[in-house]
Amino acid sequence: MASILQTALELGLITSLTVLALFLSYSMLNVCDLSTDGCFTLGAAVGAVVAIAGHPYLSVLAAMCAGVMSGLVTALLQTRLGVDSLLAGIIVNTGLYSVNIAVMGGSSLLNMNKTETVFTRLRGALDGTVLAGAYKSVAALLAVALVIVFLALFLRTRLGLAIRATGNNPDMVRSSSIDPAFTTIVGLCVANAFTALSGCLLAQAQKSVSIDLGSGMVTIALASLLIGRGISDRGSIPLRAVCAVLGALIFRFVYAVALRFNMPAFMLKLVSSVIVIVAISGPYLKSRCPELHRRLTHERALAQGKEAR
Amino acid sequence: MLTLSHVTKVFNPGTVNARKALDDVSLEVPDGDFISIIGANGAGKSTLLGAIAGVFFTDGGSITLDGQDVTLAPSHKRAKVIGQLFQDPMRGSAPGMTIEENLALAAGRGGWLAHISKADRADFRDRLAVLGMGLEDRMQQSVGLLSGGQRQALTLLMATVNPPKLLLLDEHTAALDPATAEKVLALTKETVEANRLTCLMVTHNMQSALDLGNRTLMMDRGRIVYDVRDEKRAGLQVGDLLALFREASGRALDNDRMLLT
Repeated sequence: MASILQTALELGLITSLTVLALFLSYSMLNVCDLSTDGCFTLGAAVGAVVAIAGHPYLSVLAAMCAGVMSGLVTALLQTRLGVDSLLAGIIVNTGLYSVNIAVMGGSSLLNMNKTETVFTRLRGALDGTVLAGAYKSVAALLAVALVIVFLALFLRTRLGLAIRATGNNPDMVRSSSIDPAFTTIVGLCVANAFTALSGCLLAQAQKSVSIDLGSGMVTIALASLLIGRGISDRGSIPLRAVCAVLGALIFRFVYAVALRFNMPAFMLKLVSSVIVIVAISGPYLKSRCPELHRRLTHERALAQGKEAR
Repeated sequence: MLTLSHVTKVFNPGTVNARKALDDVSLEVPDGDFISIIGANGAGKSTLLGAIAGVFFTDGGSITLDGQDVTLAPSHKRAKVIGQLFQDPMRGSAPGMTIEENLALAAGRGGWLAHISKADRADFRDRLAVLGMGLEDRMQQSVGLLSGGQRQALTLLMATVNPPKLLLLDEHTAALDPATAEKVLALTKETVEANRLTCLMVTHNMQSALDLGNRTLMMDRGRIVYDVRDEKRAGLQVGDLLALFREASGRALDNDRMLLT
């Protein structure tokens, strides 16, 4: 059980980087970035190829740069070429499938069993300390902390404020002499860098990349984000970012426990879909309750009126 | 100095719904003019402001501001020198962000990575206090919590925190209750006078069209049909305006809202 929970912690922390990416694109910029799946795999593939070539630290940077490029393409499609934002994500996602296989040298699977990665480097550094057993969680936690600190500082800058306002009221951004197309581009580039980082770390943690590593990631991350929103919707940016990470952890822990109770592993994606549906439809249905109540009471009143006559 | 020469704009060109919203409009606005613009619905008042602000590109003619041709400049570039307020008080501010963050974005001080400094905060506080709405004590609250009047007053502050060369007001008090509208109008007057702004204001209220500013334009079917300023305007009454409209356009003003307000 302890090892299952530890795996859940590692997975939760690593995928929470994708949740933080969606926190920026979905919650702040109000763009549902459907290229997330492909970008996640892109980060994994690029990170793996560079790591196999013998550059474990450079692999992280390379993966993030690849993410920026992917985000740039998605953003340019929707801001400069008139492609609907959802469609832009889907198109890039489809295109990335070919790109990812090309990056992996025509293969759909890469093995990193004997490859030096950021995780093996950290394991060496932590050897003999109390944290030696949890080196993967430590590495992931470090990355998550860095990303949260970055987001907290970045979203307070003028550029960060402009990105937040773009998702809130693009008219107001324009009247502040800022082009909302520019803020969308910057926001998507940064978000996709985190998505790719997330993919890179997951691949290196499990020592392999397959072409479908990222499939369904956008729904899983969205589910985590919405669980996090359930914990705290208001409050400061750092608090909301931490809640997004907690959402990812809760998602993974619940999933791990469900696995213990013999839920088949292939159910993961259905569960994440259902969570997203409940989280988005729940508030909507709740807001319809008064109308439903009104309908019922109105019908009852009509029926009583008939009886009286 | 704002100059429009022979500006035209056709909406839905080439269709049965084609409509000349601006028909060969030429206008000179010297610095310091406060112009009120009146006319029936669809006369082209809002289109005129939209053309100046760059909400859309015009089909013909040219627009220059302080000697610079801005005919084809995108709206966010023009926003550096043009402030704008709309009828919808929700349109000018971001509801999910705090008052302070909205003001910081409008002020646009420092580079892309600049944070809100203590000095900025003190400055925003002083400016908010002038509104007399108690907003200076709510700077950390999100703008979505404010009333329509408070939001419009905040938008006015945001539009003028860096005094623009030109302030465009498109019926910016029409959606507010009468008392709040009066308050926002008074604030507008103070702000325009304090910063010596050049201002174009569209209004449906004939009385405030005559009370405010130094010049009045009357528009009809995409044209400026009457332009009166200073001494000649001082003696005008609402009834005179209605008569002038009948004379200029050859029909009576058929807008109840204009007659009643």
